[in-house]
Amino acid sequence: MSETTVSQQSGPIGEGVTARQVSGVSIRLAGVTKRYPGQPAPAVDAVDLEIPAGETVMFVGPSGCGKTTLLKMLNRLIEPSGGKIFLGDEDVTGQDPDQLRRRIGYVIQAGGLFPHMTVAANIGLVPRMLKWDKERVTARIEELLELVGLDPAVYRDRYPRELSGGQQQRVGVARALAADPPVLLMDEPFGAVDPITRQRLQDELLRIQEELGKTIVFVTHDFDEAVKLGDKIVVFDVGARVVQYDTPEAILADPADEYVADFVGAGAALKQLSLTRVHDVQLRPVTTASVGDATAEVVARARAAGDDYVVVLDRRGRPISWPSLPELERVPAVPGTVDEKLPVVGHGSTLNDALDTMLAASQGGAVVIGRRDSLAGVVVIETIMEAIQRTRQGASE
Amino acid sequence: MTVDTGRSQAPSTAAEDERDTAPPRKGGGWRALAVQPTLVVLGVVAFLVWRSTTTLSETEARQLGWTVLANSVREHLYLTFAAAVIVLAIAVPLGIALTRARLRRFTPAVIGVANVGQAAPAIGLFVLLATWLGFGFRTTVIALVLYAALPVLRNTMVGIQGVDNRLVEAGRGMGMSAFAVLMRVELPLAVPVMLAGVRTALVLLVGTATLATFISGGGLGVLINTGITLSLNSLLIGGAVLVALLALAVDWLGRVVEHVARPKGL
Repeated sequence: MSETTVSQQSGPIGEGVTARQVSGVSIRLAGVTKRYPGQPAPAVDAVDLEIPAGETVMFVGPSGCGKTTLLKMLNRLIEPSGGKIFLGDEDVTGQDPDQLRRRIGYVIQAGGLFPHMTVAANIGLVPRMLKWDKERVTARIEELLELVGLDPAVYRDRYPRELSGGQQQRVGVARALAADPPVLLMDEPFGAVDPITRQRLQDELLRIQEELGKTIVFVTHDFDEAVKLGDKIVVFDVGARVVQYDTPEAILADPADEYVADFVGAGAALKQLSLTRVHDVQLRPVTTASVGDATAEVVARARAAGDDYVVVLDRRGRPISWPSLPELERVPAVPGTVDEKLPVVGHGSTLNDALDTMLAASQGGAVVIGRRDSLAGVVVIETIMEAIQRTRQGASE
Repeated sequence: MTVDTGRSQAPSTAAEDERDTAPPRKGGGWRALAVQPTLVVLGVVAFLVWRSTTTLSETEARQLGWTVLANSVREHLYLTFAAAVIVLAIAVPLGIALTRARLRRFTPAVIGVANVGQAAPAIGLFVLLATWLGFGFRTTVIALVLYAALPVLRNTMVGIQGVDNRLVEAGRGMGMSAFAVLMRVELPLAVPVMLAGVRTALVLLVGTATLATFISGGGLGVLINTGITLSLNSLLIGGAVLVALLALAVDWLGRVVEHVARPKGL
């Protein structure tokens, strides 16, 4: 089973990576080993790995392969038995772990928020440990809540119990970013949320990473997630043996061996859909309207453009609904109601996600949002069908 | 393309993937807390009315005289709180220490000793200690401490062990020291369970302190004991009622503290 659709590799994805601003530092592992007493084989066996600054590297592998152990050795939650770890050029293997960890963001499943502290207190923990002054901490909390898409005025003083799983996870990411660490470790962060929320969180992470350019190490057991989020993927076997370390495209196109091919799964042709991003395909421009506009004028504009629906934007330019023209004509002004079932995908989403979203909403298209949730256009099912068609042709050649 | 819209009206932010959960209930706990003190006050009033109206024999009057009575109550409370303070000072730090990774292996031994303290019949413990250490207030307090240490010790440990280990790891992973995690995460989250242990210990202490009379420790037990020995029901019942009221009052105080000290957000 071999894939030959390598052509997609040199797309706007690659450009996106190089254009990204980088605030992370590289991580280098040299012969990192972990032995537990009483176990014959080391849990992590002399791993050498170089993670470039500002890239997202995904650790995948079966459970028990040592990927989480390896991650936790990066911030020394697990003390390595041997080997060296470098952040940038700095050997951090002997550094005080508490000091080290304040420079490394750490996100775990369900956010790991402290239930007896408000959202603001949770986020402000590390900055306060670093003795930032009060105004700076407050300002940082506001900034981070905005960044992860939560309104500070609403969520700042809430307790984690009063948040949904997805919101908790967002706060978890905000907390990890609080002191602006160059490195972010994420240990299966989106494992405990439902698929739709997970997809949104992944989109958010892509967007945040585009803005920040941290070095992210992300453990997951979900290969689709790895393909979607990773600049590079490390496939591990038992003992954290690195079987393949490459871009998602390369791993999908040319698995190093049987083991990787098995792990990648049989649906590799369709997995190529996970490689194509929504911003890589042709988006349809769409007629937009603001809440309160006169519908007659809006409908006329849509008709002139040949659209049979319009996308309504709220004050901040975020899409909230997409009524059809007949629906609009029934009311004098564009209504401000929010359509909760509105299918929305981020422009960094994969076509796979877009298809999922459309199916979940039983709609033939989805609204695409770009930076800061502003409207980027509309992706329609026909575009995705074409992409599938293309990959299948590519695969059969 | 069919477009379906305009059916929902919930306001929404960028995080519209999630529903808001209901705001936490407020003040519900206070109403439940009001019942107990009402009963205690009624009990006290009833006792005072009975005491003022009934005619007492000379022996009875000696024990139930206002000054003697007040003294007995004061002694009883003093025994209770002295023992409670010592129990807290010993059992809480010990419980914390025994949940630290390095000391965890001593846990079974210490819990075993504490179990013996509580499992041994209280009266036996009092008398044995008295034959060893002599009669009086000091011995009484020691016996009471041995008897009431277990609930506090055990609840401290259970409370701390009950804190989700992932939270501890999250704390460490953020760069909090082990001590900071203990003070800011583990202990605050363990407070409800720990306070429940303290309340249990206090109630135990009020009841058990009645045995102090047998080793000359004073307290309301004197009334009850005299009542039994001399077949004076007024003394017996008066003492018993007062002890019960004290226990209820102390239990209520404990509940109030638990209610106030429970961390918000839980």
